Amino acid sequence: MTQTTLPPVEKTQPVSAPGGTTSDRAKSERKLGWLLAGPALAVMLLVTAYPIAQAVYDSLFDFRLTDPDNRSFTGLSNYAVILSDWLWWRSLLVTGFITLVTVAVELVLGFALAMVMAKALSTIRPVLRAAILIPYAVITVVSAFAWQFAFDIQTGFVNTWFGWVPGISGDTDWFGGTWTSLLVICLAEIWKTTPFISLLLLAGLAQVPEVLQEAAKVDGASWWQRMRKVTLPNMKAAIMVALLFRTLDAFRVFDSIFIMTGGANATESVSFLAYRQTISRLEIGLGSAVSVLLFLAVVFIAMSFIKGFKVDLSQSRGEG
Amino acid sequence: MPDVSKVGSDRVQTGRAGPFHSRRWRRALSGAAAAGLLSSALAACGSDEGGVPTLTWYTNPDSGGQAEIAARCTEAADGQYAIETAVLPREASQQREQLIRRLAANDASIDIMSLDPPFIPEFAEAGFLAPVPSDVAERVTEDVVESAVEGSTWNDELVAVPFWANTQLLWYRESVVEQAGLDMSQPVTWDQIVEAAQAADVQVGVQGIRAEALTVWFNALIESAGGSIIEENSTDPSEIELGLTSEAGIRAAEVMRMIGTSGTVGPALSTANEDSTATAFEGPNGGFNVNYPFVYPRALSAVEAGTMDASVPEDYGWAIYPRVDADTPAAPPYGGINLGVGAFSQYPELAYEATECITSTENQAYYFVTNGNPASDTAVYDDPEVLEQFPMAPTIRDSLELAAPRPQTPYYSEVSGGIQRVYHPPSSVEPEQTPEAAAELINAVLRKEQLL
Repeated sequence: MTQTTLPPVEKTQPVSAPGGTTSDRAKSERKLGWLLAGPALAVMLLVTAYPIAQAVYDSLFDFRLTDPDNRSFTGLSNYAVILSDWLWWRSLLVTGFITLVTVAVELVLGFALAMVMAKALSTIRPVLRAAILIPYAVITVVSAFAWQFAFDIQTGFVNTWFGWVPGISGDTDWFGGTWTSLLVICLAEIWKTTPFISLLLLAGLAQVPEVLQEAAKVDGASWWQRMRKVTLPNMKAAIMVALLFRTLDAFRVFDSIFIMTGGANATESVSFLAYRQTISRLEIGLGSAVSVLLFLAVVFIAMSFIKGFKVDLSQSRGEG
Repeated sequence: MPDVSKVGSDRVQTGRAGPFHSRRWRRALSGAAAAGLLSSALAACGSDEGGVPTLTWYTNPDSGGQAEIAARCTEAADGQYAIETAVLPREASQQREQLIRRLAANDASIDIMSLDPPFIPEFAEAGFLAPVPSDVAERVTEDVVESAVEGSTWNDELVAVPFWANTQLLWYRESVVEQAGLDMSQPVTWDQIVEAAQAADVQVGVQGIRAEALTVWFNALIESAGGSIIEENSTDPSEIELGLTSEAGIRAAEVMRMIGTSGTVGPALSTANEDSTATAFEGPNGGFNVNYPFVYPRALSAVEAGTMDASVPEDYGWAIYPRVDADTPAAPPYGGINLGVGAFSQYPELAYEATECITSTENQAYYFVTNGNPASDTAVYDDPEVLEQFPMAPTIRDSLELAAPRPQTPYYSEVSGGIQRVYHPPSSVEPEQTPEAAAELINAVLRKEQLL
């Protein structure tokens, strides 16, 4: 990072941290900030903190929805059941795999799309943006059905269209094996959420000062050098925020798996496991424990992004 | 609400000045908002104050037959009650999930429910079903096929009203059995079917998808072999004894493996459900298909729509479900819908009265003819209109008399889920290991020592 340090970046830092003691103006600004954010915070606490607390509480009980009279406190035994079960670890691995693959591909694709949107002629830019955003506007369940129908062995067109590709024939049962199922699930996820990442990256691209690009051009830097030394370092905050949001999102993958395989062929994700224990088995205690573990995993991911990669969420606001 | 008043006051202040004016506006707006909220809340509360009591019937999706029956019974009730229907999700498991969550919250709006039989013990055991009055119980089980009565019973007591009863038949192509020289006037075994299919190079349609359909198939195999998934039942989950590792259980696994690896089940056995196997049966490779009677009207309507040649359904033949062993009668799958009355309903007596109307011979015949759902009332099978539309009706009735319900337990979801997990895909079933593994998993899940 220090190699590519640029004057404007250095400059923004002192600006974002108010220097010296807090003045009256800063105080009143802070007060206004609380007033503005307070109601939202209260609503957030009500709709997120309360259910989380309830789930943590429920996870300590042996509690079946159809048998509430026999509810009993069992301490951490639900967690012991989950953590000693191979199914949990397998689901965690599958979830991790889907997260890693989709986020990595989406980042590259999303960046390319962001570049296209940024560089496109201003006349076609609105149309282009709308076109790129369409998949993101599609409901996940609908997109999952669309992809399932496309790859279906009886009604799908993929086997017919891509019959010339080695390994694909009219008899390829995409949802009959683990890897082929995961491939379609990942494709559907990538198709659907790449626009989100590209939109965040587009905002990042817009932040890169044009003067720096011009200066680099004058210095004789090639396109690739400008990309590596100027564009990317200046977009670091935006990239990290996009990655963080998408990773958290991808880790909770549920809809596509639910529609396409129903958890068959070892494609269960952690969210799917929580669904099956809580909703299908009606084991509220066990299911809550799975949900709490999922929550902890998400918190862990968020913390490691913020601490490990030093992501400053405020930087993505684009001051400077 | 505070948001509304704020928006209002802002708008006024930017438009015209004056604190008095803005306060009045604010008050008026927030008052209006409060009144709006209150009236909508009130509207949600009491709907049938006075007048005719409205019974809500939660139905599974169909071709509109249940809504029509509700209208007919409302008319027949002559102002005593009115039935309105509310449609549940498509999948039986999701119907159960929705109903159970609402009943667990003592939902009084559920008067009548269309229930899939395997879930009835769970509802009964949880106290979600209003007790069936003894006179009603007597009337609604008269001349009703045995399997439907069994499917409405829990702990030797009738807890639901038999409505329509479904069963799977063995569908075959006349041309194929002729070519293979298979005599369909006699009961046939799975071995014979697979051999005939191999000889004629056609497909055998079975449901190998990891879903309820797999349990249905497996249950038919184990019951046909003379065993049961649950040998010793109990309301205490840790005392349920499974019959998966019994001789019949192992035999069922052998047959499943034999069919799965025979090369006659098509390329997508592990995702094959009732619909996809019916589609395959309609195609050029269709030979045999174990499936519900909807296969027939489905083909006829395709002919009517011009998407299928009339010669295809003409080639259809039907017989009783295949046997596992030549000398033991088959135990075909039993399904359908029975009616439960919600324990928290405000009008349980009226609701039971309504179920008697819904399940009348007339209405069952109407439902069979228009929606293709076979009746549980044996009298319907003598109806000339039914016989004309469904020439296989006598076979359906015979099949229903032989049919075996899936395991009746309040923990059905765990048992079925465990079977689906271990016996899927059917081609990988190992008769020496799979039954053992399934029994171990289901027992551990029932003891709440493992995830599902």
